[in-house]
Amino acid sequence: MLGERSPLWQLTLARLRETVREPEAVFWVVGFPILLALALGIAFRNRPPERSKVAIQAGVGADSLAGRLAGARELAVEVLDSATAAARLRAGRVALVVAPGEPVTYRYDSTRSDSRLARLVADDAVQRAWGRRDVRPVREVKVAERGARYIDFLLPGLLGMNLMGTGMWVVGFGVVNLRVKKLLKRLLASPMRRSHFLLSFGLARLVTVVFEATLIVAFGALAFGVPVRGPLPVLAAVVLLGMATFAGLGLLVGARPRTIEGVSGLMNVVMLPMWVLSGTFFSAANFPAAMQPFIKALPLTALNDALRAVMLDGSGLAALALPAAVMAAWTVVSFGVALRIFRWR
Amino acid sequence: MVRAAPAISCRGLVKRYKDVVAVAGLDLEVRSGECFGLLGPNGAGKTTTVEMWEGLLAPDEGTVEVLGMSWAERDHELRERIGVQLQETQLAEKLSVTEVVTLFRSFYRRGHEVDEVLELVQLGEKRKSWVGKLSGGQRQRLAVACALVADPDILFLDEPTTGLDPQSRRQLWDVVAGFRAKGGTIVLTTHYMDEAERLCDRVAVVDHGKVISLGSPKDLIASLGAQHVIEFALGEGIAPPPDEALLALPGIREVRTVAGRTSLTVEEVHSSLPALLAELERRGLGMSELLTHHATLEDLFLHLTGRHLRDG
Repeated sequence: MLGERSPLWQLTLARLRETVREPEAVFWVVGFPILLALALGIAFRNRPPERSKVAIQAGVGADSLAGRLAGARELAVEVLDSATAAARLRAGRVALVVAPGEPVTYRYDSTRSDSRLARLVADDAVQRAWGRRDVRPVREVKVAERGARYIDFLLPGLLGMNLMGTGMWVVGFGVVNLRVKKLLKRLLASPMRRSHFLLSFGLARLVTVVFEATLIVAFGALAFGVPVRGPLPVLAAVVLLGMATFAGLGLLVGARPRTIEGVSGLMNVVMLPMWVLSGTFFSAANFPAAMQPFIKALPLTALNDALRAVMLDGSGLAALALPAAVMAAWTVVSFGVALRIFRWR
Repeated sequence: MVRAAPAISCRGLVKRYKDVVAVAGLDLEVRSGECFGLLGPNGAGKTTTVEMWEGLLAPDEGTVEVLGMSWAERDHELRERIGVQLQETQLAEKLSVTEVVTLFRSFYRRGHEVDEVLELVQLGEKRKSWVGKLSGGQRQRLAVACALVADPDILFLDEPTTGLDPQSRRQLWDVVAGFRAKGGTIVLTTHYMDEAERLCDRVAVVDHGKVISLGSPKDLIASLGAQHVIEFALGEGIAPPPDEALLALPGIREVRTVAGRTSLTVEEVHSSLPALLAELERRGLGMSELLTHHATLEDLFLHLTGRHLRDG
């Protein structure tokens, strides 16, 4: 079926050749996500915990208070006059102002987590300095485990975002481009089968996705030690399902527009909410509970969740039922609608 | 003599775009083995007509039969037997000449070898070049190669030489003539009258979606009743003598003035021209331009519509 004379093969070859011969396309498919992972991986690399900045308001007893707090390693302490201390607290440059006296006064913004932390640590140091003793022995074990760092969270998200971006652009932009250039019309004047034409986009995408996914996963493993804990075939299956989902969405977005501007606008309308909501750069759990059902139904959320489950939690197929079902539903619906409304001429 | 079945026939063809009538009731027959031209200005409905014949547009009214078949019933079979070059197609810039033709070849069950077709359109030396690197003329020949690769019964060419330099036009004409010589049927739209005169066995002159004249280029020109044309222009803003005065001169059959240029259809240049010069002299009018030529389809169009082809 895929001989030199096979139209499906020739159409797929044409798609692939056009992609490979476009340096920009190659960059966006593989170069960009790797640069982004590199930059973010470095920016958010794990550092030793920061010390909380605490100001001690100048006055009677300030120096002795400062001396006692200086013993706490988690605190950076300085003595400031009350006006400066208040100004820095407002500007967020110190987390807590401690005023000596009887009683000791803590001034801080209780909605700031760094302030709350500084208050706990400072209070602990104050109480200990004046003689409080621990009554229950405890033991601490510190972890810096692979799979729990920001880069571990980020990389599957970047892979997901990349599968969305390239899938939608290659297919959606691809068909509109052919329509704009009237090449679609010319192809229809030949006995070419429409199914071959559409299938060729999927096949070409299948080839590029192998490179894209392998490169990003391998880069993560080599540069940052991002793990792949689940079985590779399951990861491959998730990647392929994601590819199919966004090829379908791309086809849907490209089904009607007659101009490049038109398809670009639609593309952004579809992708922008997912960039923000689907948990690529930070967990989608940060959004209010009321939005969660909507967020969970987005195809990129499903893909990101599935990728993280396989790579970080080592989940097998069984644990992926929900996101896989969400992606499969998107694939079927978008292909179905796209074929129905596709503007062939 | 038994006449072969027509390659294409259409009856009462109508196509409207919103409130514009692009094709307003067309009855035409294209004979098998002829080169048939649709000649008319831009917007005359040529492309719309041809696209209905190619099965790319559905007519609002009327019927089209190609090779005795209708598009509704035998679409796929018909596509195997026609070759199409469309006016605005831009082929993929980053594919090579061979790759593009191989792609199109793969759609057809039978047809020419790719190299064979490239020789036919004189692109053999460019087979490895990317489409983006080709000149306008080379691209058009590549588009024709994509149409020829099916070894079609009917070749449709929609304004194949628009915007090309004279040498490129002649190269394309050779390709068309070669296909015609092997018995192929050609449908050609153009707004170049010399192209129609040179290539076409029969021409339909189209204006506002209707056929206003049909016949061989020779017969159509002969229908003007005179073989020659004198064109002249006076200085800017100077009106030519009234038509009656010019028609009174010997051998002048028709007078048309469009945009400051007057054209006279005449039987013999050598008797009418001296009389014209004398008349202008008598009126004290100086000429800024003068030329004479054999009557062409352009003159026919002017005769029929009062407009020039190129004005659209």
